Amino acid sequence: MSDPWWWTYVMIIVAGWIATDIWRWIGVFAGGKLREDSELLIWVRAVATALVAGVIAKLILFPTGALEVTPVWLRVVAALGGFAVFFASRQKVVVGVVSGEVILITGWLLLEAV
Amino acid sequence: MPDHQEISPPEDHDAPVSGRIWMARGARAAISIPALILTAAFVGYAGLARGSGLSLPETLMMTGLVWALPSIVVLTGAISSGVGLVPAAIAVALASVRLMPMTMALIPMVKVEGKTKRWQLLYISHFVAVTAWVYGMRNLPDLPREGRLPFFAGFGTALTSFVFCMTGVAYLMVERMPPVLSGALFLLTPIYFVCSLWSASKLSADKAAMIIGLILGPFFYLYAPGLDLLWTGLVGGTIAYLITRYMRRGLL
Repeated sequence: MSDPWWWTYVMIIVAGWIATDIWRWIGVFAGGKLREDSELLIWVRAVATALVAGVIAKLILFPTGALEVTPVWLRVVAALGGFAVFFASRQKVVVGVVSGEVILITGWLLLEAV
Repeated sequence: MPDHQEISPPEDHDAPVSGRIWMARGARAAISIPALILTAAFVGYAGLARGSGLSLPETLMMTGLVWALPSIVVLTGAISSGVGLVPAAIAVALASVRLMPMTMALIPMVKVEGKTKRWQLLYISHFVAVTAWVYGMRNLPDLPREGRLPFFAGFGTALTSFVFCMTGVAYLMVERMPPVLSGALFLLTPIYFVCSLWSASKLSADKAAMIIGLILGPFFYLYAPGLDLLWTGLVGGTIAYLITRYMRRGLL
């Protein structure tokens, strides 16, 4: 990497802090002028949701670090299983997250034992 | 009941519950189940950050300054894959747009006309992220108007400080963990997101966008690396919007 050490901090300040807080500031100044159910905002929210969903899928399918050694099917099964339990438990986030983790850890330990 | 004797003194009383006390109450209220879930999610993020090659100060700075987990995860992904400043900023900005309507909904609730200062609103706006916002929207209406802003400021400050510290602790501990444990921490973030994103999406457009985004994300990653997040958001979000709009009101 040819980037100097401080480049990451510039990224965090400009592409992280300002790119995020600008919306909160606009929210403060616009306070109540834009309707929350306007067509433009519905579209904007859909774009934002799809973008974050894309990040999630990448984290599951192409992880870095310790998860790299696990087979992709195990990660997908853990995520889908967690989501299914979340759904079945009347949408309790904790229950879903814990179930997904249990599936991953159990599967991982079983694979290592084989 | 106009002649009902209130327990609290009338308004000309010199020392009503002061702002500082409301702040302390807000800080105490931050000890809650949603806060624990959020802390767990950030502990998971600390694992992700370390795995992505971020240093401890970088991780903490991102946590404190950005304070919105989706944006933080998007930015981490962008930094670790060497994306440029402008596409990274656009991707993060797109991931954070939802903070604007959330802030807009909160402000009228905490504002006292003629008394609340702009900097106070700007300060509390930084805490607008799913956890604090949901808590605020649900509980602030029960408080007297003057108490709401300091209460929310206390809540947000306490929550952010605690999560900030725990993220640092988790970052330092990840290395000494067995791989199964740190791997499980990595997976915490995506599973938490899948669930909380679904429960936070009220409109069918949001749910459709989430499903389409999950499919398009890997596709664009393989075929348009670098700008894949932007494409996923724009294409996936627009498709979801058009489909649900068509279902809502026909072609026009």
